[in-house]
Amino acid sequence: MAKTHVTMRVNGSEVEGLVEPRTLLVHFIRENLALTGTHIGCETTHCGACTVDLDGMSVKSCTVFAVQAEGSEITTIEGIANADGTLSALQEGFRQMHGLQCGFCTPGMIVRAHRLLKENPTPSEEEIRFGIAGNLCRCTGYQNIVKAIQYAAAKINGTEFREAAE
Amino acid sequence: MIPGPFQFHRPQSVADAVKLLSTLGDEARPLAGGHSLVPMMKLRLATPEHLIDLHGIGSLKGIRREGDTLVIGAMTTQHELVASPEIAALVPIVKETSLQIADPQVRYRGTLGGNVANGDPGNDMPGLMMALGARYRLEGPDGARDVDAVDFYQGAYFTALEPGELLTEIAIPVPPSGHGYAYEKLKRKIGDYATAAAAVVLTLSAGKVATCRIGLTNLSETPLLAEDAAACVIGTTLDEATLAKAADLARAVMQPAADGRGPAEYRTHVGGIMVMRALKRAAAKAV
Repeated sequence: MAKTHVTMRVNGSEVEGLVEPRTLLVHFIRENLALTGTHIGCETTHCGACTVDLDGMSVKSCTVFAVQAEGSEITTIEGIANADGTLSALQEGFRQMHGLQCGFCTPGMIVRAHRLLKENPTPSEEEIRFGIAGNLCRCTGYQNIVKAIQYAAAKINGTEFREAAE
Repeated sequence: MIPGPFQFHRPQSVADAVKLLSTLGDEARPLAGGHSLVPMMKLRLATPEHLIDLHGIGSLKGIRREGDTLVIGAMTTQHELVASPEIAALVPIVKETSLQIADPQVRYRGTLGGNVANGDPGNDMPGLMMALGARYRLEGPDGARDVDAVDFYQGAYFTALEPGELLTEIAIPVPPSGHGYAYEKLKRKIGDYATAAAAVVLTLSAGKVATCRIGLTNLSETPLLAEDAAACVIGTTLDEATLAKAADLARAVMQPAADGRGPAEYRTHVGGIMVMRALKRAAAKAV
């Protein structure tokens, strides 16, 4: 099958590559660009481990073809840290609140939460849970992931974060 | 999992898409949000030789009002439906239902056109479109035609779409202001298809039901309009006996498959309960 030339902006850099039409965006990101932070979990659009930010939307990159991302602006987990290399508020929140155990779902969780907080900077706990419904975690029971996102929201907004009693 | 090979086409107009669809024939499939088709292609349950990506066609996006009708472009995503002030003000049940489809990531990509055209009985919008009396615009090599949602569905994945035709618009008559509405969906977990779901749109007059339409999701090979159930609540205050009768009349038209969501008897049983809950909640919202 003839290959197609694609260009897109990933984490602020222009990238290009030759792909078959059937190449999934997640494979292009992991294999062509060697950005392996984006994980492949279920491969059937359920788990959200492959979530990336594409033109301001959280998408499951296992269900988009790389050719469809032509000309787009993409952020992966590798592009989430602050420009000076320090942890972003979300990354810090996941660390401080123990928002991960095995870590497999974490890149997808953080990239999704990044868009959630852009759209709703002060989400309630319920809004956070609804907003990350497309990301599965099999370790944490979500409690600490929710806290991590609350921590990040407080830090971004300059408000006080108080850990809710369980 | 990687889909089988195909050629990728990205037409810039409906005319070009229709031309591609009619020239390439059975081996071509239109690609909308792709969140039904791409997983099917990965599982090799679908192996189209040509994919016609509709994302390049600007005219397929957007929501506009034409008199008493809201016209929604087929490529309008569920995320856009949720965010639309016009949808929230005029047909809020479309927003309520959109929020019950899959999860945020899927709603950014999933489209109204794809949801209604695919013919999957598990999709939430077809039953709702029946309840709203929506009409679909189909454009093909010989021009455009309109088909009512209630006449569109023929079987699981079989619709009134002819070879070469593309569903381009969904026209929804704006329900009267003060109408009541509810989409009640029972699912095993968030993001799942319905075990059973019911859409109700009704109006009240002096505390009694004046008009009512009931659509059903995933309770047969096609979405259903529960006409007898809707007729039996007209003129009533939706007392318990009427609700029970409506549930039974709705159950009479259900023919759900037995699957991981439960045996047919169970799904029929809870289908009736969804009808009762939707009727009650819709009536509580009506003024």
